[in-house]
Amino acid sequence: MKRMKKFGFGLLTLLIVAAFLVVWIALPWQGIVAIAVVFALWMALTRRGRQTWQVTRVGLATVVQRLGSSSVVVVGIAGVVGVLVAMLAMSDGFAETLRSTGNDRTAIVLRGGSQAELNSILDRDSANVVMQAPGVKKDAQGRPIASGELVVVANLPRKSDPGSDSNVPIRGVSADVWSLRDQVKIVEGRKFTPGLRELIVGKGARGQFAGLDVGRSIRLAGQTWTVVGEFVSNDVLESELWGDTQSVASAYRRGSSVQSVTVMLDSPAAFDTFKASLAGDPRLKVDVSTTQEYFSKQSEGLTRVLRAVGITVGIIMAIGAVFGALNTMFAAIQARAREIATLRAIGFRGIPVVVSVMLETMLLALLGGVIGAGIVWIVFNGYTASTLGANFSQVVFRFHVSAALLWTGIKWALAIGFIGGLFPALRAARVPVTTALREL
Amino acid sequence: MKYMHLIWAALFRRKTRTFFTLVSILAAFLLFGMLDATRAAFASGDSVVGVDRLITTSKYSIIQSLPASLSTRIQAIPGVKAVAAANWFGGIYQDPKNFVLSFAVSENYLDIYREIELPADQRKVYENTRTGAVVGEALAKRFGWKIGDKVPLQSTIFPQRNGDKTWPFDIVGIYKPAKGAANGTDQQFFFHHKYFEDANAFQSVGTTVGWYAVQLTSADKADSVARAIDALSANSDHETKTQTEQAFNASFAKQLGDIGLIVSAIMGAVFFTLILLTGNTMAQAVRERTHELAVLKTIGFSSHSVLGMVLAEGILLLVLGGVLGLALAGIVVPIVAKGSGGMLNLPPIGTQTWILGLVLMVVIGALVGALPALRAMRLNIVDALAGR
Repeated sequence: MKRMKKFGFGLLTLLIVAAFLVVWIALPWQGIVAIAVVFALWMALTRRGRQTWQVTRVGLATVVQRLGSSSVVVVGIAGVVGVLVAMLAMSDGFAETLRSTGNDRTAIVLRGGSQAELNSILDRDSANVVMQAPGVKKDAQGRPIASGELVVVANLPRKSDPGSDSNVPIRGVSADVWSLRDQVKIVEGRKFTPGLRELIVGKGARGQFAGLDVGRSIRLAGQTWTVVGEFVSNDVLESELWGDTQSVASAYRRGSSVQSVTVMLDSPAAFDTFKASLAGDPRLKVDVSTTQEYFSKQSEGLTRVLRAVGITVGIIMAIGAVFGALNTMFAAIQARAREIATLRAIGFRGIPVVVSVMLETMLLALLGGVIGAGIVWIVFNGYTASTLGANFSQVVFRFHVSAALLWTGIKWALAIGFIGGLFPALRAARVPVTTALREL
Repeated sequence: MKYMHLIWAALFRRKTRTFFTLVSILAAFLLFGMLDATRAAFASGDSVVGVDRLITTSKYSIIQSLPASLSTRIQAIPGVKAVAAANWFGGIYQDPKNFVLSFAVSENYLDIYREIELPADQRKVYENTRTGAVVGEALAKRFGWKIGDKVPLQSTIFPQRNGDKTWPFDIVGIYKPAKGAANGTDQQFFFHHKYFEDANAFQSVGTTVGWYAVQLTSADKADSVARAIDALSANSDHETKTQTEQAFNASFAKQLGDIGLIVSAIMGAVFFTLILLTGNTMAQAVRERTHELAVLKTIGFSSHSVLGMVLAEGILLLVLGGVLGLALAGIVVPIVAKGSGGMLNLPPIGTQTWILGLVLMVVIGALVGALPALRAMRLNIVDALAGR
């Protein structure tokens, strides 16, 4: 019978933990703030609540004496939160860099089945057909606003490791690109002159690869090109070097063909007309997508892998941290066993004891979460990294530690604190008073 | 060793605490095993078989091809045993998600890449089949291909002469990679360069080659031969860059991102926490046993054996949890690799990982045991027994 009771109790606690985790994950921040407010009111206004506060104060006062073991909880949780937030910041930063490159006002056309610009090829006739299609916006002179573009890849040494080459994308763009991609701003030097071997360099590329300062010359396809300006766009284009389509085509012997055509649409709604007219044209076999769709799709694979890795590593570390916290808190209630038993002997009920132990653990966990998320925010927010993207070339992106991510980190910390505190708290409240008092 | 039962008893004096600590250690070493497998998967440059091979690519970029005529000139350089040519095909099977590492290769490519162990009879059939293809074991398994299957691959780059981008192939051989082959060798797809040239809509592929793989007569000639190859095309419009296969693979892996750095950073955080956690447990355990240790010393145990016992306890704790964790990683890693559907080629936990793991266990164990052990050694019997 006694064993049954014990088993039932264990099962019940497990259910509580599971239910808590489900609710906790689903709860938005407003819900959690509401819980915190209700809890604070309970503590301030009811008798039980005030008792709880007193017991918690005693517990917190003794934390200093248990500095070593308490820091296990704090550091353990800081580690979990730090690694988790850093991995998610990397995945979010990458996805955001690509997503913000596109919009629904412009569309990109590639040869059918090419998947990336690098694989695609469109001859001059096809490119012209695309630009003249219905739905493309015309400028004041009645010409379509469109850019026939080439993407080639050049080997350039990395700043951090001059011995190894990286694939850096070089984009040949036509004159309309400035109105098509109005997020691009020249911050140093000037735009390239069409017809000359001049390049402008994205801020990200300049930061990652050597020899791209304004005024410097670089060798591409056996020819010397001059860097005449630097641009920012806060998206994936910043990883690239831009030149004039014709100059790039002649250097790489591409004749009059291009790899992609980007057009400005009359309105986002005109996309369907545009796409339908190209699909219905027997001269063409092309893939049409809005730039938003095209660039977002490129980040999908890597973002998913990074998120999965981050969460897997986070969960395994969290399991380690939960057991660390359990150890610490069991030791803590053991050290305070007589004191807690005394409180119960003079009339304190179970609830204040349970809640105070849990509160103490969760406060330590909160501290750990704040430290972990804070360190990551200070060190990694805006940190630049690069990886191979869809065009077989480097995509430079920044880690983005958003408020939502920091909040996720804190939520994880509190969840670990809850589980790590629950079992010791229950033990503290359930040990028979007489046993505890007799123990030395 | 004769104190083993004493150490064991001390370790499990408080079962719950030891259990909790073991789970934490287990989690840390499970992570260690998984992350080390990930690192190894990306550091695929360490093929032992490929030490006598050079890779010649365009100096300016990977997308520029080299003239096919270079082959005979490279062959003439002293120290070169054989030259094979290869071209990137960029194949996908049925769905854009099913990317296939596919290459059009010259006839002698399979001779130079000795780790591609193809049965002689299959090799024979391959040589006589125009549209024949040889695929790695893991790749064949991934898509359920068998010898004799007709497989259409769609190239993201090259259309056929009739404008169709789907190329038909006959699977005529399935190879097993030899021991020491680079990770991922069993995921590749090879077919005749001749077929690629003949059926290709881009006529230029007949006179160009994506890259050359050069086999040396001996590995120590690598530097001089590489310089001689690059000198062939110096100042031309197709300058080359020749490097060892290892350097080529390593620079490619580096482009994906510094996986090694990320892994070390995570492991640093994990092990730092672990040291703190187990250190704390050990300190608690020794503090609780002050009396017992004093008794041990009273009945004649020397200070040094007490020191040794506490140290051994720390190491035993780490090794127990660590071995369990790494063993668990050994089970989990293949499942993850299988679950990713060929996306992640995680190699199984190797001897090297085990050795590194065991060294870490012993070092961390000694580290967390050190302070409590010193305390135990310096214990003054009279004070300890009096509870002072």
